[in-house]
Amino acid sequence: MSKEQLLGLATGVVFGFLLQKGRVLRFDKQVGAMLLKDMTILKFMFSAILVGMVGIVLLSNAGVISISHKPMNLGAVLLGGILFGSGWAVMGFCPGTSIGALGEGRWHAIFAVAGMVAGAAIYAELYPFLKTTVLAWKDFGKIGLAETIGISQWVVVAILWVGVIALFFRFEKKRL
Amino acid sequence: MKWKTEDGGWSPYAAGALAGILAIASAFATTKLLGKTSYLGASTTFVRAAGFLEKTTASERVAANEYFIKEKVRVDWQFMLVAGIFLGALISSATDKSFKLESVPPTWKSRFGASIIKRAVWAFGGGVVAMIGARMADGCPSGHGLSGMMQLSVSAFVALALFFVSGIITARLVYGRRA
Repeated sequence: MSKEQLLGLATGVVFGFLLQKGRVLRFDKQVGAMLLKDMTILKFMFSAILVGMVGIVLLSNAGVISISHKPMNLGAVLLGGILFGSGWAVMGFCPGTSIGALGEGRWHAIFAVAGMVAGAAIYAELYPFLKTTVLAWKDFGKIGLAETIGISQWVVVAILWVGVIALFFRFEKKRL
Repeated sequence: MKWKTEDGGWSPYAAGALAGILAIASAFATTKLLGKTSYLGASTTFVRAAGFLEKTTASERVAANEYFIKEKVRVDWQFMLVAGIFLGALISSATDKSFKLESVPPTWKSRFGASIIKRAVWAFGGGVVAMIGARMADGCPSGHGLSGMMQLSVSAFVALALFFVSGIITARLVYGRRA
């Protein structure tokens, strides 16, 4: 195994371990969040974002790591986001958690995985067509939120911290 | 707030915060060791997996496909990351006794019955739609939701909001309010 592959594997093992310990790999937790009844996956996700973004902003500002924004391609993000959300609700897994669910014995996730591999193959076939239609509509490029609205990254970070912590208190109060 | 869940899991806040530290460490490690910053993600791996599978029957087709050429069908860092997720979940669940062979998810069963075929058809269909969406949006809840949000990308804010809005509406329609 190459260095690249080994590093990926090691990172994935820790990631999968944490996803499983947080109990976010379950169909019931994913659908529970979408039915607004069990916010476990949001607690996990936003805790990761709050902690992670501080380090990412610090390290990228120090020039240690580089930022790679995904393009804000309007048609792609809008239509893709809507399609993903509806498929996610039916399947009850996202790409990463489906593989993790297999690891904790929930073998029915294999059908979701098979569907996603098929979806990827279909997307590859559709790509030339999409490139001249949905993807060609309007591309704002690889943009960051702070630069776009012209404020400091730390202001965005602070607002997110305050907003998300308030949300967490609400989850706990309502026992979600 | 409890540190342990009833079934021996960890508080999702604690596990999530540790995943945040992992994301930082991983961005740092990939930059130092591989020379290029890589962020956690999962959905591109499904493209590569599809490419590998298609290659077994139609290798010329894969070689000529613009999207497979763009994403490069190879076992890269992210591919192994996704394989690692399987292993990590297996290790964690086997050591805290939460590993359980399950043929149909419990809430699905209470709503739609125990038929594996029915679950398989819906899960497959959902998977097809979700992956077309993820590739179009260029990310999933890992790539956009975690990595994009941590980098404060505009696309991540929009995509994550849409994932949930669309997910909430669809879940209402499919499972109803009683599920």
